[in-house]
Amino acid sequence: MTAVRFQFAALSAVVILCSAVSTSALAQKSYDPGATDTEIRVGNIMPYSGPASAYGVIGKTQEAYFNKINAEGGINGRKIKFISYDDAYSPPKTVEQARKLVESDEVLFIFNSLGTSTNSAIRKYMNEKKVPQLFVASGASKWNDPKQYPWTMGWQPSYASEARIYAKYIMKEKPDARIGVLFQNDDFGKDYLKGLKDGLGAKASMIVIEDSYETSEPAIDEHVVKIKASGADVFISIATPKFAAQAIKKAAEIAWHPMHIISNVSASVGGVMEPAGFEVAQGILSATYAKDGSDPQWDNDPGMKNFYAFLEKYYPKANRLDGAVVFGYGAAQTLVKVLQMCGDDLTRANVMKQAANMKDVELDTLLPGIRINTSAENFAPIEQLQMMRFKGKKWELFGSIISSELSN
Amino acid sequence: MSAAEEVVAEGHEAVEAVPKRAMTLGTTTSLVVLAALLIVPAFAKNFIIFQITMLLIYGLAVLALNILTGGSGQFSLGQSAFYAVGAYTSAVLMEQFNVNYALTLPIAGVICFGFGYLFGKPALRLSGVYLALATFALATAMPQLLKLNFLEHWTGGVQGLVVTKPDAPFGLKMSQDTWLYYFTLAVTVAIYVFSVNLLRSRSGRAFMAIRDNEIAASSMGVNVALYKTLAFGVSAGITGVSGALGAIAVQFVAPDSYTITLAISLFLGMVVGGVGWLPGSFVGAAFIIFVPNMAESISKGLSGAVFGVLLFLVIFLVPHGARQVAIVSQQMLGKLRK
Repeated sequence: MTAVRFQFAALSAVVILCSAVSTSALAQKSYDPGATDTEIRVGNIMPYSGPASAYGVIGKTQEAYFNKINAEGGINGRKIKFISYDDAYSPPKTVEQARKLVESDEVLFIFNSLGTSTNSAIRKYMNEKKVPQLFVASGASKWNDPKQYPWTMGWQPSYASEARIYAKYIMKEKPDARIGVLFQNDDFGKDYLKGLKDGLGAKASMIVIEDSYETSEPAIDEHVVKIKASGADVFISIATPKFAAQAIKKAAEIAWHPMHIISNVSASVGGVMEPAGFEVAQGILSATYAKDGSDPQWDNDPGMKNFYAFLEKYYPKANRLDGAVVFGYGAAQTLVKVLQMCGDDLTRANVMKQAANMKDVELDTLLPGIRINTSAENFAPIEQLQMMRFKGKKWELFGSIISSELSN
Repeated sequence: MSAAEEVVAEGHEAVEAVPKRAMTLGTTTSLVVLAALLIVPAFAKNFIIFQITMLLIYGLAVLALNILTGGSGQFSLGQSAFYAVGAYTSAVLMEQFNVNYALTLPIAGVICFGFGYLFGKPALRLSGVYLALATFALATAMPQLLKLNFLEHWTGGVQGLVVTKPDAPFGLKMSQDTWLYYFTLAVTVAIYVFSVNLLRSRSGRAFMAIRDNEIAASSMGVNVALYKTLAFGVSAGITGVSGALGAIAVQFVAPDSYTITLAISLFLGMVVGGVGWLPGSFVGAAFIIFVPNMAESISKGLSGAVFGVLLFLVIFLVPHGARQVAIVSQQMLGKLRK
């Protein structure tokens, strides 16, 4: 009975939608390679093998999500054909796969390909070919450069955005702070440090010490001691999980209790907080933008209910604790919204135009209040985060949603 | 003669040191292959042309390893390091110093020759697995060396460098890919001919004498130390040129591109193509480029396992690689003629 009623409702909705579209836009259909009346071909490149193969889950989640969309009738009647290739996280292979997708499979665009150096390798090619490189799965801030690279757009908050949020938080909560920064000496660490300085603006002198470490160092104990000795009372560790855990442990060992902020990449409970020790990790701060699939506070959240229902039906093997599943779902949902906005104008130019025209889009997996906004000058879809504090055995969100835009 | 003896004799024949002629293809076959390669762009899409360009480039790198291992009998798991040095030399010269791309190739070759020669010196004291391990260390160290701070000004650090693809010269009306293909083909043919002649020359005979028996070679008056380091130098030089071509074709260099996986792929290509058989290098290159794609189309989640099974089958059924297939098919052709 309910099913019948739902079908009727859906049917009438479709009829209304169709009439609305046909009257308003006069339904001019235009296509670029990769789009037809029945199909939209979407390319994707993931490290299914190799050193970063853990991220391959993102591609698998997205494939499952597009299966769901297709089972529900597709987008404006068109099915998504998701063609995802393995590049083993090796840039030359990424170039080969991107060319295969564009020139041989003739996809409309490449979506959410993963990695910083892998995407850097194809950025020039994609822009020369004028094929969208949409929602790049990397935290580097370089994807937001619409002037030079109008065909490339990021998705998640960049490292720099996240750092700007810590800067805002510190200036508000502790205006006389003496900040000590420990950062990893690579693009990740440097992007972050720059964001922090931009965020502090004129008050960048609050940073009393910046100390870098190499990933080849076995332990970073000395760096923590050095930063403590500088008299800092805020400790920001821009470190990957192993080193972030070491920093938490060492600070406790030398009885140093500053305001301790760790980057979102190291905010894993199982990977960082537990090995460092729950008792010494209390009160540590970080920020996030997505709901945690393992957190019971979202059990009755309508968005997460959609997410769990999707996992049950289309991807039952998925591990809910894996942040990559939430990530893949969110990015795929964003793409579906953009394609819906495109209507029957499925040209590459229009895909970019619509992607740069998102206004207050909400996703099932984003924290309540975080919205996607883009414009012709702003190619950074997610720019808001919320602070969180570690308490007991999990993270607790607090405060309001903070935007990373530099508005003073 | 009993059947068992016959089998042994046959097996022995295949393992025997490669005679000079058997290292190459016959003249007719070579010309047919060359003609086929020359007309490919007329029929293929740009993407296929790009893939064949990459095949030639990796083929050159495998060929270089083949000279070292098949020729002088030294192992190397560190070819990716020479490949990286070549690629970076070319990329940095092109992007930071505006040197013409064609000129960067010989420079990359010379720099890598020097690098390989110098590395070959201490490596003289090592042999077999120990040499493999030393070169392995070189391959693991290379990506980190490329990230060094004081080099970052030129290399772009972890971000890497984007390389501009050259246009066809003299106003020729062909796409960048087609031009690069012909350019690569010309370089490949030149290096191939050079390698064949090198192995047929006095130096080549010295390499092979060292490979077969070092003591015997030195008692015949071969300067073992000199020729061993020379083999390293030549191999590194050719790898450097192929790395430089690779950087131009891929249009990007980054430390992540030249990890130990690349070195192992090249080694694998050599084994699959047949150790010591130069044309096999290109068959091996085709294997390392196309078989992972095939494996992926069979199963995405288990692509690595499928690749492993395929590799195992090749090693099990044709342990001498493409060379064995070529010899067998040649024999069958011969029988048919009779």
